[in-house]
Amino acid sequence: MAFCDAIILGAGVNGLACARRLQQAGLSVLVLEAASEPGGGARVVEFHPGFRAPALAHATMGLDPRLARLVPVALHPPMVTIANGLRVVAGQAEGPDTVAWSRLHTRLTRFAHVLAPFRRMAALNPGGGNDRLALVRRGLALKLLGRGELRELMRLILINVHDVAEDELTDDRLRGLLAFDATLGAWAGPRSPNTLILYLDRLARGPFPLVPVGGMGALVAALSTGLSIRCNTRVARVLVEGERAVGVALDNGEEIRATRVISALNTRTTLQDLVGARHLDTGLYRRAGHIRMRGGAARLLLALRGLPDLDNPAARHVLAPSSRAVDSAFDPAKYGQVPQHPVLEFILPSVLDPALAPPGAHVLSATVQFAPHSPRDPDAARAQMLENTLKVLEVHIPGLRAEILHARMLIPSDIYTLYGLPDWHHGELAVEQMLFNRPLYGLHRHATPIEGLWLASAGCHPGGGIEGAAGWNAAEALLEARQ
Amino acid sequence: MTPFRHYETPLMPTPLHTRTAPLNRLNRWGNWAGCMTPLCFGDVDMEYTAIRNAATLYDLCAMVKYRIIGNEAADFLNRLTLRNAAKLAVGAVHYTAWCDDDGKLLDDGTLFRKGLQDFLLCCQERHLPWLLDSAKGFEVSIVEVSNQVAALSLQGPCSASVLSAAGFDVWGLKPFRMGDFPFQGGTLTLSRTGFTGDLGYELWFAPDQALALWDHLMEAGAPWGLRPIGSDALNLARIEAGFLIPNMDFIPAHQALREDRTRSPLEMGLDWLIDWDKGHFTGRRALVAERARGSDWAFVGLDIPGNVSAEGSILYHNQKREVGMITAAAWSPALKASIALAQVRARHARGANLWVEIYALRELQYAKLMLPVRVVERPFFNPPRRRATPPARV
Repeated sequence: MAFCDAIILGAGVNGLACARRLQQAGLSVLVLEAASEPGGGARVVEFHPGFRAPALAHATMGLDPRLARLVPVALHPPMVTIANGLRVVAGQAEGPDTVAWSRLHTRLTRFAHVLAPFRRMAALNPGGGNDRLALVRRGLALKLLGRGELRELMRLILINVHDVAEDELTDDRLRGLLAFDATLGAWAGPRSPNTLILYLDRLARGPFPLVPVGGMGALVAALSTGLSIRCNTRVARVLVEGERAVGVALDNGEEIRATRVISALNTRTTLQDLVGARHLDTGLYRRAGHIRMRGGAARLLLALRGLPDLDNPAARHVLAPSSRAVDSAFDPAKYGQVPQHPVLEFILPSVLDPALAPPGAHVLSATVQFAPHSPRDPDAARAQMLENTLKVLEVHIPGLRAEILHARMLIPSDIYTLYGLPDWHHGELAVEQMLFNRPLYGLHRHATPIEGLWLASAGCHPGGGIEGAAGWNAAEALLEARQ
Repeated sequence: MTPFRHYETPLMPTPLHTRTAPLNRLNRWGNWAGCMTPLCFGDVDMEYTAIRNAATLYDLCAMVKYRIIGNEAADFLNRLTLRNAAKLAVGAVHYTAWCDDDGKLLDDGTLFRKGLQDFLLCCQERHLPWLLDSAKGFEVSIVEVSNQVAALSLQGPCSASVLSAAGFDVWGLKPFRMGDFPFQGGTLTLSRTGFTGDLGYELWFAPDQALALWDHLMEAGAPWGLRPIGSDALNLARIEAGFLIPNMDFIPAHQALREDRTRSPLEMGLDWLIDWDKGHFTGRRALVAERARGSDWAFVGLDIPGNVSAEGSILYHNQKREVGMITAAAWSPALKASIALAQVRARHARGANLWVEIYALRELQYAKLMLPVRVVERPFFNPPRRRATPPARV
């Protein structure tokens, strides 16, 4: 029977970030991972012999700066976005809206920067107990925006992204990009309320997607360095004795004891399945069942014979011709249908890191929206989603089909089955599930009512997306409580 | 399509309605859990007097009832309620209560253990969603049987004699025990429980037995002056017995709109129910913390000088500062005293320099009384006959 200061459940980016921070603080840490290798959403899989690609996330909007300082990861140069044929890099865009896009980008970036520090501190607590000095500093930053801009922020913060796109831009191609990026990963269309804040959250991390040198696998490897990680180790339950978490029991019956258990697994799974009803109050158990976790993103991986005919194969390509097109792609998904014209982004990871595919061959990795969340016939929905996506892609890359050696489409139900999640996300990033409501009010400071059990998944503040901030915040909260 | 005509009967008649309606000379009806129940048949003093001196029948059909069955029924109840359901013997009944996560009371009620894995939970408020959510992770099934189980309360010092005359031999039945008895080809369950603090029984039966049972008891009880009573008289008796009623003495946490209106079992004098050692139950962590920290409120019985009922009055410390509220009060005929139940700030629970300000309406003008009160033990009225087994034959 082993013993350590902290057991971390789940070797995803947040689990690893948490482990690295705790190890840095001198704790002995053991990370348990059910899969055969670490990485979680950043894990790279061989989806066809010789072809490897990140199964879920093919880029990051930037690692948490605190984590990046501890674990330097070499990154490819910032990615250019080709949005419906227009070249866009952060605030610079081609086309008739060059000025308008730059103005909008500058303003939203300023707002995002004011909000960004909130992501890197403990979730605000309405009942008090906040870091006053930090709050004053954040408040001052807000005030320094000036009255007009602050009013503008207040006007925009809960607005839908479609209205902003219509108000500020004239070029449908850029409107489409704005709408697509704001709703990427969300269970919301551009006309859904509170969607601009998702874009601000994205901007708070950085202006462009980044890919580590060596691919997402290199990021996982860097994060895992020096950690003791046990893979192929599935936790069956958290051991609770006298209202205290004292370790975990594995599915093979083995018990591992520790002073603390930190779960970077889904909050609902952790509470309802690993801890169980017997140790929890009914209200919390019930609320854990109500965390919204839907997502409409499907993943398409293509093994290609050769390099597709693209102007800029190293870029991120967004195919979302207008904000309306994004909305039209969301609409059918709400009713369990597959959209005729899905919107998507794709990259060619093998262009940046040739080792991901056999010589001359390439991998296309696409995130496609919106797939129905739980269709009645998943096989039919998956086939339809693949067909409709390929149709969209073929318009952009003529002759694509002939180049395809293998296509793998994951619709949301595949994703949550594959990753052992109750649903797509650990918690939808939505305004009612942010800050002190993430993952649930009362759990927003990572501690649970079970003493010694902590939460560190992307379901915690500030969220997921290959950043490591939630895991790092959890470690900070734990270390603060230890003092 | 099912025609929904519920609006035609905003209050549902109970299975006993055809018997109670003609007897209800005042036509005073009240709403109890959506049912039409008598408040008073004709004379509240006569009805109360019968509770303490003869025998009374009270329609309990409106009581909310849940049947809880399954291998883990006792485990489930231990997670839900404050007391240890595993320790409740088969054939026994106990009074219990349950809380939300914050350790605030949701309701109190009586738990009947009919078999090792078969319980009946009776209470005033409806809780099915809470019970079902509490049952997740337990091998247990919960069914609301409020309309499938009818009930009558037979209370008073002569109640055992009335039952005996009706053919139910209850002489050996101890308080908080129950038994099955044959009745006209069927069976009914009889428990020695009640809400009067006196000798009394409750009868549980199928709705189609209701009228026959009523007639049978009324006939058998006539020599003892058996009389139907309404909720008004019962309320007087329960105040004397010091029993709580949700929404009168405390606001169930799921119904309270104001955050500070909820009360914990510690604050309502129910700490004796809590089994701290049985394992986790909902609200336990909050209650452990409250026990360590100290409660904000206390629930007390008061003796008030004079004979003016103090219902709804405010309590003051040193005649100046508000420190509590009277939740139930009455002139007690049994004790010849003005008594009250009250929520009071915990530090004034001993009652030193505690005053009540009574506004007595006297022909469109309030007579204001500021009276010193004394905190007294509950129950106010607790006669030995309540527990005597066998009860006296009268």
